[in-house]
Amino acid sequence: MTHVTSLRCKECSREYPVGAFNVCEFCFGPLEVRYDLDAIKAAVSRESIAAGPNSLWRYAEFLPADHNPDVDINAGFTPLIRSKGLADKLGLEELWIKNDSVNPSYSFKDRVVAVASAKALELGFDTLACASTGNLACAVAAHAARGNMKAYVFIPSDLEAGKVLGAAIYGPTMIAIDGTYDDVNRLCSELADTYPWAFVNINIRPFYADGSKTLGFEVAEQLGWRAPAHVVAPSASGAMFTKIYQGFNEFAYTGLIGKVETKMHCVQARGCSPIATAYEEGRLIIRPVRANTIAKSLGIGNPADGYYALKVIEASGGSAVIAEEHEVAEGIKLLAEADGIFTEGAGGVAVAGLRRLVARGTIKPDEPTVLYITGNGLKTTEVVADVVHPIHIEATVAAFQDAIGARA
Amino acid sequence: MQRVRLTFLDRLIKEPVVYQLGKKFDIVTNIRRADIQEGIGWVILELEGDDAEIDRGLEWARTVGVRVDPALGDLVEP
Ligand SMILES: Cc1ncc(COP(=O)(O)O)c(C=O)c1O
Ligand SMILES: [Zn+2]
Repeated sequence: MTHVTSLRCKECSREYPVGAFNVCEFCFGPLEVRYDLDAIKAAVSRESIAAGPNSLWRYAEFLPADHNPDVDINAGFTPLIRSKGLADKLGLEELWIKNDSVNPSYSFKDRVVAVASAKALELGFDTLACASTGNLACAVAAHAARGNMKAYVFIPSDLEAGKVLGAAIYGPTMIAIDGTYDDVNRLCSELADTYPWAFVNINIRPFYADGSKTLGFEVAEQLGWRAPAHVVAPSASGAMFTKIYQGFNEFAYTGLIGKVETKMHCVQARGCSPIATAYEEGRLIIRPVRANTIAKSLGIGNPADGYYALKVIEASGGSAVIAEEHEVAEGIKLLAEADGIFTEGAGGVAVAGLRRLVARGTIKPDEPTVLYITGNGLKTTEVVADVVHPIHIEATVAAFQDAIGARA
Repeated sequence: MQRVRLTFLDRLIKEPVVYQLGKKFDIVTNIRRADIQEGIGWVILELEGDDAEIDRGLEWARTVGVRVDPALGDLVEP
């Protein structure tokens, strides 16, 4: 059972009944879901959660939609792995990797869409939609397929075919749009006003966003009911980053973990770093940019939650870091070689950010740290194509020995 | 109707941009929220008028150095 009380404007605090809208009519501020946290506190315990399903629905009491098996593809409850190789390389004693690249459609976006799709059905929608260049489209198409819903996925027309295969395979209606990025953006806002569809990151964004709270819940549970000293996570819109922190704090409020002293560190790539740049300049005002980064899944130039991400950094005593473009592929390779996890560009950015935070002395060797790896490397193979250089030989032992050397 | 965010990051912008949008163009401007500190900041505006007129107005705002973006941030997500 959900414990939602209302939608509330993050800026002027006006309250709205639960429904498919995301903007305050009065000040155009974003709406967020409000919960009766005391009722949640009374309803949950570590034991009740531990007895729940092995998916993000074990935290259903904290979510804005009820679990609906009809649209569930088992998002969440991904591994938290204690790093060995990367920890040793960086001299960290307790580094954990949240491997969210192994979600059903291979990114953390399955969490937000799991919640959004369940809510969409509850609100009476039969169609899911989004505008996306990658991970979100995959998650929307996959959930719609499972839920027997229609899916409309809008993409910019100049995308490489390979990038959208992971969405097309589920059979959505895919619409390629000619025009600039701004044109696509504007069209989608008009369509969201006109068509009776659940645009997951537009009209049902408040519910959608809360799916990412489970990234905080899970890590706290998997660490043995505690929040880490540091979180390092990649950001685009900034939504996931703020929701991880909200997740820790809701767990603390409901008595599942102790006081949260986690420092939240947000990482962006040089080619699209509006949040990190504002942080470096010491302001809470974001200057939107045109995204131009190899970490394409972080390419949001006008981040809807950028301001709130900056507030989380401030409140938690964290920071923001910029990864240089060349560090993205290096980070991907480093994580693969050091700990056996193959991530995409966003993960490469996170690894690079972690390195910088350790080098700066912001993260001390003995402080428990969680690195969020949010997407899968098989979706962005172009970025690291240069690792492939096999030793070509004839199928003879002699040829092998020539190439490798004889057995000792 | 359009909702836009105007970002002013250049202290040198001397034009009263919001005022001029309503004066030079056939647009009704309505400020919904703003945050301006020492001459830098942003304004969220609701603009009413003909789409083409609004586009011309916003194009002009860009030429005087104001950054124009959708009020809600990017809707195309990676
Ligand atoms: C793999 C991956 N990681 C991180 C992000 C950033 O999420 P957010 O937009 O909530 O900051 C995205 C998408 O935007 C993503 O695709
Ligand atoms: Zn408001």
